[in-house]
Amino acid sequence: MSAILPPAERLWWKHPLDRVEGTWIAIAFVWCMVMFFMMIYWHAYGRQNLSTETYKTTPDKYTAKAQAFVDKYTVRTETEQKIPVVAPPEGSDVYMVARLWAWWPILELEKGKTYKLHLTSMDYNHGFSLQPANINIQVVPGYEHVVKVTPNQSGTYSIVCNEYCGINHHTMVGRLYVK
Amino acid sequence: MSATIPVSGSFAGTTYRTCPRSGLQFEARAERLMIANAVVAVVALLIGGLLAIGVVLTRWPAVHWLPADTFYMVLTAHGIDMLIFWIIFFEMAVLYFCSSTLLRCRIATPNIAWLAFALMLIGAVTNNVAVFQGSSSVMMTSYVPMMASPAFYLGLILFAVGALIGCFVFFGTLVVAKREKTYEGSVPLVTFGAITAAIIAVFTIASGAIILIPTFLMSVGLVKEVDPLVYRTIWWAFGHSSQQINVAAHISIWYAVAAIAFGAKPMSERVSRGAFLLYILFLQLASAHHLLADPGLSTGWKVVNTSYFMYFAVLASMIHGLTIPGAIEVAQRQKGYTRGLFEWLRKAPWGNPVFSGMFIALIGFGFLGGISGVMMGTEQLNMLIHNTIYVPGHFHATVVVGTTLSFMALTYFLIPVLFKREMILPQMAKIQPYLFGLSMYFFCLVMMGAGTLGVSRRHWDMAFQGAALGYEWPGAAYLMMGLVGIAGVSAIAGGGIYIMVTVGSLLFGKKLDNGKTSGVPTPVPRAAPTVVAQTYGSAGFAAPGTFMLALLFLVAFVLYYFINWKYLGQLWGLS
Repeated sequence: MSAILPPAERLWWKHPLDRVEGTWIAIAFVWCMVMFFMMIYWHAYGRQNLSTETYKTTPDKYTAKAQAFVDKYTVRTETEQKIPVVAPPEGSDVYMVARLWAWWPILELEKGKTYKLHLTSMDYNHGFSLQPANINIQVVPGYEHVVKVTPNQSGTYSIVCNEYCGINHHTMVGRLYVK
Repeated sequence: MSATIPVSGSFAGTTYRTCPRSGLQFEARAERLMIANAVVAVVALLIGGLLAIGVVLTRWPAVHWLPADTFYMVLTAHGIDMLIFWIIFFEMAVLYFCSSTLLRCRIATPNIAWLAFALMLIGAVTNNVAVFQGSSSVMMTSYVPMMASPAFYLGLILFAVGALIGCFVFFGTLVVAKREKTYEGSVPLVTFGAITAAIIAVFTIASGAIILIPTFLMSVGLVKEVDPLVYRTIWWAFGHSSQQINVAAHISIWYAVAAIAFGAKPMSERVSRGAFLLYILFLQLASAHHLLADPGLSTGWKVVNTSYFMYFAVLASMIHGLTIPGAIEVAQRQKGYTRGLFEWLRKAPWGNPVFSGMFIALIGFGFLGGISGVMMGTEQLNMLIHNTIYVPGHFHATVVVGTTLSFMALTYFLIPVLFKREMILPQMAKIQPYLFGLSMYFFCLVMMGAGTLGVSRRHWDMAFQGAALGYEWPGAAYLMMGLVGIAGVSAIAGGGIYIMVTVGSLLFGKKLDNGKTSGVPTPVPRAAPTVVAQTYGSAGFAAPGTFMLALLFLVAFVLYYFINWKYLGQLWGLS
């Protein structure tokens, strides 16, 4: 029962390594380095890296920008609530508002074109979960996160809120079209 | 009673009991503290387990039992009772065991240890009352600016202060043992692991205090605002690091079980202790795992922190994953189970829940919890997983399969040894680790499956009833969530058996012999000198079977890791 007793040798750190342990440590170490450098490699050569561009913001400031954006590029409205559908040009700043309990507005993007998607929350934390593509980004109040997105498949996408935000959390679903 | 060892202070008036079944020596006051902490832990597990019924039956789409407000309340309480109260109360018992019992010394400042216990108990009750009043359904994470009632934070703060005091009683007990020379040389490996857990605990609890105190002040109106991103960063230094206390604690228990059930000694003290040292150095960097999809944090910070600084803590876990079964293999081979690669494992005592629980925990923690954790902790891959139900799939594999099942296995050892009762229903206890552990394996797998399809965690209704713009999850996602329900119910039944056997044995089990009691401690003997391990095994490998298992693990790890990179590569471009 020696793992629960003091080690037999006073100089236990001089006890030789068994070959099993030595070999495994070497293999495990190499694998750990592969995993570490894989993240860095992907920053250099991969196409899916989450942007770190962030600004402090307030609900008022952000709402003003989002409203101007919607006024400028709205093409139609949908549902009884008349949610605007906004089709911004390629390369433009796209403002998405997360609030209790909606994503606003509906976006209409084009496949293969790049947009600067701004995300923030008006109140609590929310989770931007684009389905069925399955891209998940945290949305934190007070912080405006700018993510460059390039849709690679056309279709109708939903934005599900996947950060708990209160009693009607499950009704917080938005929409995004890619043409 | 006269003290024969010249020490000052609160020494007099205690006794030492040598357990006739295990040879372990329990100091009377430490023993009472262990019993109290372990009993409250099991009560917390019982409450958490009852709450799990509500969670599981609501997330099972065909059942969808509770209304939304009750569901979120129950989910909040389930998380806190299980992750914090069950585990940390049990860990206090483990810390006292690893210091006072393994080092055969009196516990330092027993009255202060009772104060710690009282604070933790008051804190736990306060927090639970706040949650069940319904105004604190903020989840365990309680992200600001969503606010709970002040009692919610106050309860957690009191609990944390109590736990911190408990850690210092543990450190004090180490000092007592050293000064009163109850052992020679270095502390046992299991105690070293417990020291690792306690050091991480101090860091963790300090982080908790740093963020929960201002949040409490905000809830009573004394502080205007706590920054949401700062909150997330520091809260997770508490929230995730507290899971690393569990890792260090349950790995210590695995070493202890290997020693108790097989007489196994560590393959090499240097390697195992070195691996624990890597935990002390790097394992608390885990806060970043929850912030990889957040705004405002730099890439460099994310990469360094999420990898526990170049994966050195992962390396440590991979080492423990080899050395623990390796030590068992060496011990078994010494007993003559040398045929083939796996006779040692086939002939292991699979009917003994202390061993079977520990081994099911070890395999599940590595294959399910470990691989999934590293995958989703990879900076870019996290975007596939963040806040999906994959996350609870992962941490049920680590915290339930890994920690909880290990604690259960240890309990079966402690019932006759610490509680001095014969275990009732031994046949039920025999199947319990299989029912609980294997149901949890399946539960975690299907949760991860649903999460890979994008299903959200902490979500009342995957059908989005009442939403202006709906979304229809694929049929496979519904199937997976149905299986989550079935596996969850089966795991809860397994947990129920544990509670029944444990509580039943304490109340109705035959009382066992106390063992010889003495007024002075008997010092710990040293371990027998090491037999040269290389005379066993094959090809110069002391544990060839374990090495094969480790290679199997590595293959699973590498394949799963790169499959997810391939999946990521098909997503929209993001930069």
